[in-house]
Parts: sequence; C-alpha cells; structure tokens
Amino acid sequence: MDIQLKRGLLDVCVLAAIKDGESYGYKIIKDMKPYTELSESTLYTILKRLENARMLTVRTAEHGGRLRKYYRITGEGLSRIEEFKEDWNEILSIYRFVTKEEEGNE
Amino acid sequence: MSKQEFLSRLRRGLAGLPKNDLEERLNFYSEMIDDRMEEGLSEEEAVAAAGNTDEIVSQILAETPLSTIVKERIKPKRELRAWEIVLIVLGSPIWLSLLIAFAAVIISVYAALWSVIISFWAAFATFVGSSVGVFTVGIVYLCTVNTGAGLALLGAGFVLGGISIFCFIGCSAATKGLLLLTKKFAVLIKNCIAGREKE
Repeated sequence: MDIQLKRGLLDVCVLAAIKDGESYGYKIIKDMKPYTELSESTLYTILKRLENARMLTVRTAEHGGRLRKYYRITGEGLSRIEEFKEDWNEILSIYRFVTKEEEGNE
Repeated sequence: MSKQEFLSRLRRGLAGLPKNDLEERLNFYSEMIDDRMEEGLSEEEAVAAAGNTDEIVSQILAETPLSTIVKERIKPKRELRAWEIVLIVLGSPIWLSLLIAFAAVIISVYAALWSVIISFWAAFATFVGSSVGVFTVGIVYLCTVNTGAGLALLGAGFVLGGISIFCFIGCSAATKGLLLLTKKFAVLIKNCIAGREKE
C-alpha cells in the first residue's frame, strides 16, 4: 500500500488500540495483529509521533520486577479518531467514484 | 541470539543516534522481548520475533534525518584542550581547503553525472523535433511538389520517431538509475557516519 496513506492510517489504528484504556507496546501489536501487521520499529516511530503531537501520554510503571511503558489517549487523540471517521466518508465516496465504471460494466 | 546480544548489536549499529533517543529505543525493544517471554516464548524465539537487527538498524537510520546524526557525531566526547584548539585554528588553512576541495570533487562528479543525463534528454528532444519536422515537410512534398521525395521523407520521419521512442526508454531508465544511486549513496553516507568503528 502507498506509504503515506498507510502511515496516516496506522496512526489512527494505534490511537484506536488505546482508546478504551491504557495499553503497552506488545499488547498494541497483539491487538492489531488480526487486522494489520506492525513491526516494532514502526510502532515506536508512531508512538513517538503521537506523543509529540500530544495525542497520547506516556507513563512508566513497574511490572513483574521491570519497567514497562503505558500509553494513554488524550482528548486530542480521541478527536483525531473522530476526524478520521468523518474523513472516511469522503474517502468512501471517492472510492465509489473510482470504481463506478467497473461496476457499470458488470 | 540472546537478548543481550540483540541489544548490543542494535547499540553498535545505532551508535550515531543521540544518547537518550538510543536508550529509549533499546528499552522499547527490551520491553517487547520481555513481554514475549512472559507469554511463554523462549528467549531465542522472543528475540527472533523482534526482527533482524540489520534491517531494524537500516530502517531507523533511513527515518532519522542526516542532520541529527551529523550533529551527534561532531559533538566532542570531552572538552578540547587549549593546545588542541590552537592546532585546529592554526591548521585551518590546510584542513579547511582540503575539506572544501574534497566536497567540490564529489559535487562536480555528481554534476557531471547529471549533465550526461541532460545530454541524453537533449538527444531525445532532437530526435522528436527532427522527426516532427521531417514528417511535416514530407506531407507538404507529398501533396505538392514531388510524391517520391515526399514518401521518402515520411519514411525518414517514421524512422526518427521510432528512434526517439527507444531513446525515451533509455533516458528514463538512466534518470531512474541515477536517482536510485543518489538514494543509495545518501544511505551509505548515513551508515558511515552513524556506525561506530569496530573496537
């Protein structure tokens, strides 16, 4: 898939993965696995970008004798998801326009 | 591969990154491996799931701007002593001019490569232009003066058109090739600066 397009989509995916409560790196990858494969390097970059954009906050907590980072979504992150849903309607109608001719031929 | 070895390989490959950025990344991978092991994977399997270190390193370096790496690289590891600063300043007529000459050589080689490409495209434009010209004159001749000469000119126009199509394929391949080479060269420079010398 086009890299620019996928990058924007994965940002929203990661936000959606922490939408219902805070989560940590490995759990995010696991939760997304049935839908899309995500490498750790990519996830790191996305989390960093979302943190810089204040769409999530990071907290370090102890877990089983070691440290683990937990990510929590912010109000801005939630509104990014809403924005995406609205964008999606537009994308869908563009998709319908693009595939219109093909359907007409069937 | 053990987790320790995995992390130290990453550390070696990413030595050019800013210190805290590097530590944060290593912690991230370490946490992932620990989480996988907690789920029941062996250390070996958990490390394998994290991916290939060379690929990880090149992906991260490709994403990091060159300026960040260079800045980190030229930052001295310790304070410079007074005599070192004096030497650097006094030696500047020598090393500065050598540095400029070196950069100039690289830039001119690169410019020369591009000028070859530009001349290829110019040749292509010539073929297109002459093919259109000859074709037009051929039609005029065909209709007015001399049918034989007109036909010959039309034929020549077609031949020139054919050559220009071949020329276009060659030119665009050469341009793409050079662009690819540029990209590879940029990655090479990054790796040279970011990778730490073997100890």
